[in-house]
Amino acid sequence: MAMTRDEIYKKVQAVLVDALGVDEEEVTPNAVIRDDLGAESIDFLDIMFRLEKAFGIKIPRGEMIPENLANNPEVVQNGVVTTKGIGELKSRMPHSDFSEFEKDPKLDNMSKLFTVNAIVNYVEGKLKAA
Amino acid sequence: MRWLWIDKFTEFTSRTSATTVKNVTMAEEHLHDLYPDFPIVPHSLIIEGMAQTAGILVGEARNFQEKVILAKIGKATFHRLVRPGDTLTLSAKIDQLSDQGASTSGTVKIGDELVAEIELMFSHIDNNLAGLEFPEHNFVFTDQFTELLKGYRTNTPVRI
Repeated sequence: MAMTRDEIYKKVQAVLVDALGVDEEEVTPNAVIRDDLGAESIDFLDIMFRLEKAFGIKIPRGEMIPENLANNPEVVQNGVVTTKGIGELKSRMPHSDFSEFEKDPKLDNMSKLFTVNAIVNYVEGKLKAA
Repeated sequence: MRWLWIDKFTEFTSRTSATTVKNVTMAEEHLHDLYPDFPIVPHSLIIEGMAQTAGILVGEARNFQEKVILAKIGKATFHRLVRPGDTLTLSAKIDQLSDQGASTSGTVKIGDELVAEIELMFSHIDNNLAGLEFPEHNFVFTDQFTELLKGYRTNTPVRI
């Protein structure tokens, strides 16, 4: 039987508690993985490994978190993500909510796209497609 | 020169698992530093032993082409102290392996008694730290490390 969104959320929460050493209460739907939960770069690989194990899915490189976009001048100019860049990001991160980011699309704000909810959305999509 | 702490491999299954042995001897200088009147092996050193065991296992999985760096200690739980004269058996298995790195889990035992449970994460740094350049040669896996594995594979008594 397919997992409910709440079941997925609980499992994602447990993954983040284990990977980042945070308390369960800190892992709220809108918590930003880097800014609010303190994840460093290597933690993202850890989170991906743990998600793969917890849900029995395969996460291809760059699928959950796009890579090498910041160095592309068509995507980022003067520290700001271009309109074309936002379109590119949206197509590659359909699991993220862009409403706040679009108001101030600075490169530094890109990390805010990766929230607990974004992970739950991503996993939900993977499980549906399986 | 890199520092090798484990003594030898006693089991090695490529991409899967490895077991090493470490004989703790009073001749090791650090044993006299931590608590001079009560020499014990620091837990951090036991983690290093597991990192060497699991790190070589992870490196061999990609024919030592990747620069494998210990990136994260996911868990390290200790159940008893280790003292001079003890023989440690360090068993590691690969849980996940990808282009970017690997996660491993394992136990450290003295005989049948559990000393520690350790989970580690390794990074293939050339694939993870974009923009940073590292030396071409593999500075992680020097001859010292690979010789240890060769010693296991050609493990026959040396008679004189």
